[in-house]
Amino acid sequence: MMSDALLKTIFGRLTLDSFPIHEPILIGTFAVVAMGGAAMLAALTYFKVWGYLWKEWFTSVDHKKIGIMYMILGIVMLLRGFSDAIMMRAQQAMAFGPNEGFLPAHHYDQVFTAHGVIMIFFVAMPFVTGLMNYVVPLQIGARDVSFPFLNNFSFWMTTAGAVIVMASLFVGEFARTGWLAMAPLSGLDYSPDVGVDYYIWSLQIAGVGTLLSGVNLLATIIKMRAPGMSLMKMPVFTWTALATNVLIVAAFPVLTAVLAMLSLDRYVGTHFFTNTMGGNPMMYVNMIWIWGHPEVYILILPAFGVFSEVTSTFCSKRIFGYTSMVYAILVITILAYLVWLHHFFTMGSGASVNSFFGITTMIISIPTGAKIFNWLFTMYKGRIRFELPMMWTIAFMITFVIGGMTGVLLAVPPADFVLHNSLFLIAHFHNVIIGGVLFGMFAGINYWFPKAFGFKLDKKWGTISFWFWVIGFYVAFMPLYVLGLMGVTRRLRHFDDPSLQIWFIIAAIGAAMIAVGIAAFLIQFYVSFRNREALRDWTGDPWNARTLEWATSSPPPAYNFAFTPVVHDLDAWYDMKSNNAARPVNGFRDIHMPRNTGAGVILAGLSTVIGLAMIWYIWWLAALAFVGLLAVAVGHTFNYDRDFYITAAEVTTAEDEHTRQLTGHAAVAGA
Amino acid sequence: MSEATIPPGTQAPVFYETDEHHHDAGGSTMLGFWLYLMSDCLIFAMLFAAYGVYGGSYAGGPQPHEIFELPLVALNTSMLLLSSITYGFAMLAMNDGKVRAVQGWLAITGLFGLAFLSIELYEFSTLIQEGAGPQRSAFLSSFFTLVGTHGLHVTFGIIWLVTLMVQVGRKGLIAANQRRLQCLSLFWHFLDVIWIGVFTFVYLLGVLR
Amino acid sequence: MVMRTPSLLACARRTAAPRVMRALRTTAVLAAPALLGGCDWVVMNPSGDVARQQANLILWSTGLMLLIIVPVIVLTLLFAWKFRHTNEDAEYQPDWDHSTGLELIIWSAPLMIVIALGAMTWISTHALDPYRPLGRIAPGQRVAKNGKPLEIQVVSLDWKWLFIYPEQGVATVNELVLPTNRQVQFRITSSSVMNTFYVPAMAGMIYSMPGMETRLHAVLNKPGRFEGQSANYSGAGFSYMHFTVDSVDDAAFAKWASEARSAQQRLDMPTYAQLEKPSEKVPAIRYAAVQPQLFDRIVGMCTKPGETCMQATMMKDGAMDPHRDSGHGMTVNDSGHMRGSESKGALQKEPEEKGSSPHRNAPRAPAPGSSKPGNADNRSMTAADPLPAPITGLTAADRS
Repeated sequence: MMSDALLKTIFGRLTLDSFPIHEPILIGTFAVVAMGGAAMLAALTYFKVWGYLWKEWFTSVDHKKIGIMYMILGIVMLLRGFSDAIMMRAQQAMAFGPNEGFLPAHHYDQVFTAHGVIMIFFVAMPFVTGLMNYVVPLQIGARDVSFPFLNNFSFWMTTAGAVIVMASLFVGEFARTGWLAMAPLSGLDYSPDVGVDYYIWSLQIAGVGTLLSGVNLLATIIKMRAPGMSLMKMPVFTWTALATNVLIVAAFPVLTAVLAMLSLDRYVGTHFFTNTMGGNPMMYVNMIWIWGHPEVYILILPAFGVFSEVTSTFCSKRIFGYTSMVYAILVITILAYLVWLHHFFTMGSGASVNSFFGITTMIISIPTGAKIFNWLFTMYKGRIRFELPMMWTIAFMITFVIGGMTGVLLAVPPADFVLHNSLFLIAHFHNVIIGGVLFGMFAGINYWFPKAFGFKLDKKWGTISFWFWVIGFYVAFMPLYVLGLMGVTRRLRHFDDPSLQIWFIIAAIGAAMIAVGIAAFLIQFYVSFRNREALRDWTGDPWNARTLEWATSSPPPAYNFAFTPVVHDLDAWYDMKSNNAARPVNGFRDIHMPRNTGAGVILAGLSTVIGLAMIWYIWWLAALAFVGLLAVAVGHTFNYDRDFYITAAEVTTAEDEHTRQLTGHAAVAGA
Repeated sequence: MSEATIPPGTQAPVFYETDEHHHDAGGSTMLGFWLYLMSDCLIFAMLFAAYGVYGGSYAGGPQPHEIFELPLVALNTSMLLLSSITYGFAMLAMNDGKVRAVQGWLAITGLFGLAFLSIELYEFSTLIQEGAGPQRSAFLSSFFTLVGTHGLHVTFGIIWLVTLMVQVGRKGLIAANQRRLQCLSLFWHFLDVIWIGVFTFVYLLGVLR
Repeated sequence: MVMRTPSLLACARRTAAPRVMRALRTTAVLAAPALLGGCDWVVMNPSGDVARQQANLILWSTGLMLLIIVPVIVLTLLFAWKFRHTNEDAEYQPDWDHSTGLELIIWSAPLMIVIALGAMTWISTHALDPYRPLGRIAPGQRVAKNGKPLEIQVVSLDWKWLFIYPEQGVATVNELVLPTNRQVQFRITSSSVMNTFYVPAMAGMIYSMPGMETRLHAVLNKPGRFEGQSANYSGAGFSYMHFTVDSVDDAAFAKWASEARSAQQRLDMPTYAQLEKPSEKVPAIRYAAVQPQLFDRIVGMCTKPGETCMQATMMKDGAMDPHRDSGHGMTVNDSGHMRGSESKGALQKEPEEKGSSPHRNAPRAPAPGSSKPGNADNRSMTAADPLPAPITGLTAADRS
């Protein structure tokens, strides 16, 4: 028997109790997952696709593949985050009076924390980053992003964060603090367990990925636009991507700093956010919201961009008020930094301070309102085709204005005094995040899927998903508005007043409808894949769209464009089509491309090990992995051979194939 | 080839760049690195802000004028400033294409950097021995975090610098290495600027207070 | 859900302020069915003047915003229908992308609304500043010139509320009794983590924060029993952190206070030390007397023997005048004693001190609360059973 000290030195605070060996259901889940995983690994090995996955995907520096991997990550994590939501809805629907529900506080508190963290950081962020990654370089006529390796590394760091969150499900526990881990509750004094450490390390590691991806896309948009594409000829989605990445680069360091201070409090015993020794928990609240509010706009702006592209395309009309659209984006970007205090009007700031932040918040609704009107007047005198992306857009416009209205209501400090921390607030931010960000992502997925895979998504299942999501959303969240006005607050796992129960049951029914919507969304992929020949698009431009990404084949070749397009108008591709610009079919040249590398996977893997070792206080492992990380990073810089040429012959083959597709199916497409 | 893209009309717009000039591989590197530095700058901004808030929270513990030794800090500052100058000489040598000189100046820069770090570590260990460690009060927490984060950056800068010395030795002053030297130059001077902020804001004002 | 229009109108009539912008009133009434649905919603139909004004503000703001929201929704649906692909009759102008007139309206219409809302916000935020003593008890009924507010000190403890009545010299746990129609000044703080003090029927919420004092001025205009709760998640026992609020007339209040003064227990420092420890589902307790300066000591984080009050520490540091009215300023928790921070940073721990972190579903020993109600471990584990007896029945040994 080894001494306790030795065991603790080797394994830190990891003990057998840290694994769910006592829990048949979880062990069962884990066994099924493990066996499923093993079966999948075996299948992968048997079909010899490991090499393919490693070479073509994991190590890929192609922005398109990385974008797709981000979307897959987002979808997988959506399932996890949504199961948390279902558990919360079920608990709140049943825990009345003598019934304590099925989740003890210890478990329920982790569930709502994990739900928030996962939905924001590992669903919404990957979706947004994934779409930007896929679309932006194509839309500006570039061959890739500025730093392709960094892009791959960023993706794997985000995934590493997600892996750490998922690990907390099976080993130890997640934070029981709410999604922002407010101090002093998240300090060592009140949360001594691994939960908050899981929180800190998953966000720190994913945060590195987000920040670098922001730097990367920013440099890409500034430096790599096609000739002729001045800033005021940039598609609106690219504009929103630019603004979002400015926000990322200027907001995520704040999160890094504040989480670093929290970890110092927990690991070194400093006194930033402790109750005593000069520490000040208010500082945490301020700093986390200085990041947190811009984060909201980081998520919503790209969704605005998607809606702009979709509206213009499916109304077959130029976007209305492009200039005011751009200025609206910029105003929102700047104001995003001037409103953070509205998250804590109730912490005793003076009336003038509260008014100032309340009014700046309201001012944001002006450019946002202008954008809504611009979409509205893009529809006006257009020819609206009700394809799925357009349906999501209209659902968004109606849902989002309601969410915006309740948001402005919450910005009135005296009103916020009665609505803060209530279910009204919960309903509000779900109203804007689901009705804005998520609807936008669904619109974007349905819109750009044919570009990425060469066939459209099935409309029937897409429509089913759409209606279940939209109606499910209203059924799930309108009752929460009502409950908020009844004085019911958030994060409660038990209620005494039986008259409230009916509202929670309605909300649970709404959640069930959303579940159907998600299922239909997944079935949509399956059905579309099965019917891919029927849904095939040979033209590269299935929607008769207007921007450059539609000027190349679907899926685009690795090099995106054999010849860099020249831009003369905002709707560059529409301009090319209306001028009958002929696609060059010969004279191809060698194309200079970045080479794939496994360094990103390895670095992110080592970061995961560091994170887990730090969480469990296994110091030697953390140190070892850190040295390894440094060595790999330095070693990677010794590799100067980072690019290669796609030969003119290969380009010619690919382009000829596309030419055949275009001519062979021109009649069908009618483009 | 490109003739095909010209539609009938007066002014003939070109829609594809068929005669493509070769793009420089590292065209966006400096911009990207600038953006990264700005984000790093924000981390320091938060740490400065934290120091600004906590600077007076001594929790009954030691106060700046009791623990800061200005002569030592002045010496330290001069080490870092000198290292910036010698880095400048390395860049001049790079422009002249002198590999040996670049390596020499880099080595001197690194030594100044090490001297800076050693003095800082000496200062830290003295403070901790005196009972003025980061756990003593929020003021000391924020002091150690701000100065320590800067020191950590210098440490990574030195690792990078050594790596570059080796790479310059191996490959010579090729374009990629020149770009890297420029990036490190930005990084090094950036740390210098941050340190001037630390010196003024933390030490000088701390002692004056 | 069935809308009962007559009662709704009645509801709106009761809530909307009289004689202000009659035109808008119509909008507010129209808004009511969408937003209100019933008058039993405590936030919209409260019993205190402050909350009443806040509810009115919600109505007016909503009404104002609906001026723009409703047309947008209607136009969206209308345009979507009119300009549908299959409608060949509709006008189609693919290149129409600018109209200075429309742009002007697009930007100025929301601007107008925001100017109106902003003015409303500025005025109401100052008028309803929780730190500011009330100007009126009810509409048209000003606070009497010599009407000193009743002071109640509120402390959020791990998972219960302590109310100290300095004038009456009594204290209660999870039971708040107020005289109807008398202004109350709440001074609020917390013993450990952040909570919010929220009585929806009375006034908006305000945070209770350790080492800091926040304030709230409010009044209840109707007699009756209301619910109060913490609205900010504070740990495992958070869901049960509610309390009753009784609004009674002056005579009944005096009677209640004298009853409380004859309670068996006194809230002295040892009793407070016991009470402060985590416990949940705590039934109401009354204390006949209270340790002098208890609230100030809680704010100063010096309730345990040997702890330096942070007011004193700050004086030593010269950072702040400890006697200054803590009003809106945020005090810094500058306690000189290692209170509450016994836990070392992880890197400072010896291997033996690392502890373990079991899986969330691992069987735990019965919550310490079941045998030792005051155990601090209850913070990270639900103490599942109600704990009236141990707290109320402190023995002499516990006090020493």
